[in-house]
Parts: sequence; C-alpha cells; structure tokens
Amino acid sequence: MENPTPHAPRLLGILCHWCSYSAADAAAAARLPLPPGLSTLRVMCTGRIAPELVVEALRRGADGVLVCGCHLGDCHYNSGNHKALGRLRLLARMLADMGMEPGRLRMEWVSAGEAERYAELAHETIAELRELGPLRWPTPQSEKGPSKRHG
Amino acid sequence: MADTPLESDLESLHAGDTAADAPDLSSPAAKLKVAMYWAASCGGCEISFLEIHHHLAAFSDAAELVFCPCLVDTKYSDLEATDDRAIDLCLFNGAIRTQENLRMAALLRRKSKILVAYGACASSGGIPGLANTSTLDELMERVYLTTPSTDNSEGVLPRPSTEIAPGVELQLPPLLPTVRSLHKVVEVDYTLPGCPPEGKQVWMVLQAVLAGDLPPPGSLIGAGRSTVCDECALEKRDRRVSRFRRPQEVVPDGETCLLEQGVVCLGPATRSGCEARCPGVNMPCRGCYGAAGADPCGDLGLKMVGVLGSLPEPGDEQEIQSVVDAIPDPVGTLERFALADSRLPQAVGPSSSEGERP
Ligand code: SF4
Ligand code: SF4
Ligand code: FES
Repeated sequence: MENPTPHAPRLLGILCHWCSYSAADAAAAARLPLPPGLSTLRVMCTGRIAPELVVEALRRGADGVLVCGCHLGDCHYNSGNHKALGRLRLLARMLADMGMEPGRLRMEWVSAGEAERYAELAHETIAELRELGPLRWPTPQSEKGPSKRHG
Repeated sequence: MADTPLESDLESLHAGDTAADAPDLSSPAAKLKVAMYWAASCGGCEISFLEIHHHLAAFSDAAELVFCPCLVDTKYSDLEATDDRAIDLCLFNGAIRTQENLRMAALLRRKSKILVAYGACASSGGIPGLANTSTLDELMERVYLTTPSTDNSEGVLPRPSTEIAPGVELQLPPLLPTVRSLHKVVEVDYTLPGCPPEGKQVWMVLQAVLAGDLPPPGSLIGAGRSTVCDECALEKRDRRVSRFRRPQEVVPDGETCLLEQGVVCLGPATRSGCEARCPGVNMPCRGCYGAAGADPCGDLGLKMVGVLGSLPEPGDEQEIQSVVDAIPDPVGTLERFALADSRLPQAVGPSSSEGERP
C-alpha cells in the first residue's frame, strides 16, 4: 500500500520526578535534540503510575508509552520502581494478548545524570513506533454507549 | 469499527429509550408485571432467581411473570404486541452477542418501566465477553474448525440463512463483531451484578421494587460499596509474594489471605456484595461482582494489575519479571467477567506485524 506521508508517531514519556525528569530537563537545557511527537508527563515516582493511566494514553492517541524511572535500588521511595516494573510487565502481557505490539510500551531506568541516554531512548522509541505504524486501537466503545453508568 | 452493523443498528434503537419510573401498584388487584430474559447467558441467572427460596411464594402473590422464555411459553410476537412500558420490571441477563440479543434488548427496553442488567454478563459482558480476545473470523475458525475436539472435515460454518429445500430458509441470528454489556446498547436503569447474583441480594432488590423504594435510576443495586477483601475474614499481613501459583497447586492454610499465599485473588478490586463467598471456602475471588469503586471507567483487570504488580519481593529485573510471568493467562484471569467493559482494546486480532487486518 502507498503511504505518501510517513507516520508521525506520538510518544508519551512518563518520567519520575527524582531521576528521569531531571535527565529530561538536563537534556533540554543542554539543547540535545529531542524528537517531535514526544510529550512528557512528570510523576513523583514510577510507583505512582496506575495501569489505567498508561492504557488511557494509548486510547487517547499515543502510539506508545515510555516509562522512565530511577535505577532499581535508587528509587526515592525505596521500591516504587520495583512495583512499576511488575505492573508494566504484567500490563504488557495483557496488551500483547489483546493484539498490541510489544514495542509500544517500554520501561527504562534513567538517572538524573543520564541526559544523553534519555535523548537516545526517546529517538530510539520514536523510530520503533514509526516502524510499527499507527496504533490500531478500536474506537472506545463506552463513549458511544447510550447509558449513564452506575456509581 | 465505525460501520459495523451494530453501530448502525444502535442509531435507530435509541429512539425508543425511556427512563425508569416506579410501577403503579396502587390498585390492590394490580400485580407487578415481571419479565426475565436471557441473551448470551448460561441459564444460571434464572436459577439464581430461585435462590430467593421460600420468598418465591410471597413474591408470586405480588407479581406475575409475563415473559420468560426459560420458564413460560411466551413468544416474541406476544411481547411485540403488548403496549410500551407494559412490563414493570425486566431482569435482563446475558451479554449482547447476536443481532437477536440486540433486538431483544431494544424491545424489552421499550416494553419495560424498569430495565435491570441482571448478572455479570448483562452488567459487564461476563464470560461471553472473553470472546473479545479474538476477531469474529478467528473465533469462527477456532470454534468450528480447529479445536481438538472438532470433527468438521467439510468445514461447515453457521450461516445467517440456509436454504434447506427450495424456497425454505432457516435463519440464525448473525453475530455482532464484539460482545457488549447491556448498558453499551440500551439505557439501563439498574445494574445488579454477580455470576450469578446472590439470592439474598436478589430478594432485597425485589422487596425494594415492591415497596417502590429503589435508588435513583443509574444506580448499582444488590451489591455493596466496598471490596470483597473488606468482607473477607482471612487475615491480611501485607506480605510480598515470591511466586504466584494456581489454586490447585496450593493447600491454603485457611487463615491467611490467599493473595499472600501466592494465589491470584481478585478480592482487592472486586465490589462487595457476596459476603466473600469464594475466599470463605479457600477459593480465590474471580471478580464476578465487577470492579469496585464509583469510577465509571473502573477496570477490574487493570486495577488488579496495579495490585499484583506491586506484590513481588523487590529484586532484580529478571526476578520481578519471573514472578509476574507466572500468572497464567492474565486477560482471562483478571478480566474474566469484565473484558467487554474493559479499557483494553477489543477484538483487534494479532498484531499488525503478522499481517494487515481491516
Ligand atoms: S485478596 Fe482474597 S483472600 Fe485476600 S483478603 Fe482479599 S478477598 Fe480475602
Ligand atoms: S468472592 Fe468474588 S468470584 Fe466469588 S462470588 Fe464473590 S465476587 Fe464472585
Ligand atoms: S522516585 Fe524515581 S522511580 Fe521512584
């Protein structure tokens, strides 16, 4: 199939405040080139990332999500990144079972001093998403449903 | 998925949607007119209705069953001929799988003052909703051609219409592209969850209906506001898990929380209402009462990912990975009764790397 304009992927980076967000900050301050299509969301710790948040980003148009946190052992809250790892690995299995390509959800450790690595990761992930093409995610059904929900 | 038959059908169906109002039982002779219908379901909901036991006598004094294909010989045409809103209370069980289910949902909506999504399938898709792990083509192929127990050398597939003699056609209702819960296709007044609902809860709801004492439409009925864990008597000690195991691999100690013994129990994310039946007999909760919490986007499976992912002992990447990898079939386990309502993508098929699909 002809595809005249290559797909411009959208990537959401979810970054922990104490390490990875500092790295992203430093990358921007050092004017390291960062890929267009990358948006970032700062959370205090990756342990705060509810699986629903990741899924919501993908439902609302992100082609991929890159979660970055402190290296294991360095989490400001001791074990937040261990929890995030367990959650995201389990979530990745479920998304794969439902037909999503594994490359769209990635978790990496980026310390405050690793600005260059952060920029590389962002480029690398965007390149992979370009390769994968747009995310095929069915139109959210609940938004079309007629009913008010219980609650 | 915009142009599926379901979507276009729905447009025309919504015109008949009505909201609930209380049945008028002011005349002493007036009996509550009740309908019970099964869409894509197993029949367990009808049986659960009998679990009101001796109250059945009191109930039948106050109510009459006007439509229930499981118990009473009534025809769709009889129902079509009745006045709109002639039924006071319709307990609709089963998911929406076929065009017939969809048509009956719309018809019963129109004919009923109070429409209740009864049971897990009507509430959130239930077990039939697990079909949404596959596209319709995959489903047909698997069920009718490739399961080990299938002998179908001629490759016969069900068709919406088959001519069995010249001019004689037999019809089967076509399948919809995905399984849906009732509230995704018509306006539902109340949701009464459970697989099946507990008799005690059913009787409480029926009493409320008879007394005209139902909460505002849109409410959850016959369930609690808390979680199964909250009702579970097993002791919680906040321990980490070094290995998840399937229920048959563990002899539970009968005292401590099953999750802490490494058995995947959905109690933390499941709404209360059943008095923690399953953990009460050392079986893990499978989530049949649906996602706890008032969040309309509440997703039982995703909430459980949040719980389970945090349980492995902090270790290196491989260690954590191997603990969560030991959870078998996470979609089928964690979204067992709620996949059709889940935030996960539905019926997408294999990832595009394996070939483009419409
Ligand atoms: S997780 Fe299961 S066994 Fe543990 S307290 Fe909750 S309901 Fe009971
Ligand atoms: S414990 Fe869970 S699976 Fe068992 S009846 Fe209650 S809600 Fe349903
Ligand atoms: S503070 Fe960085 S991962 Fe927890």
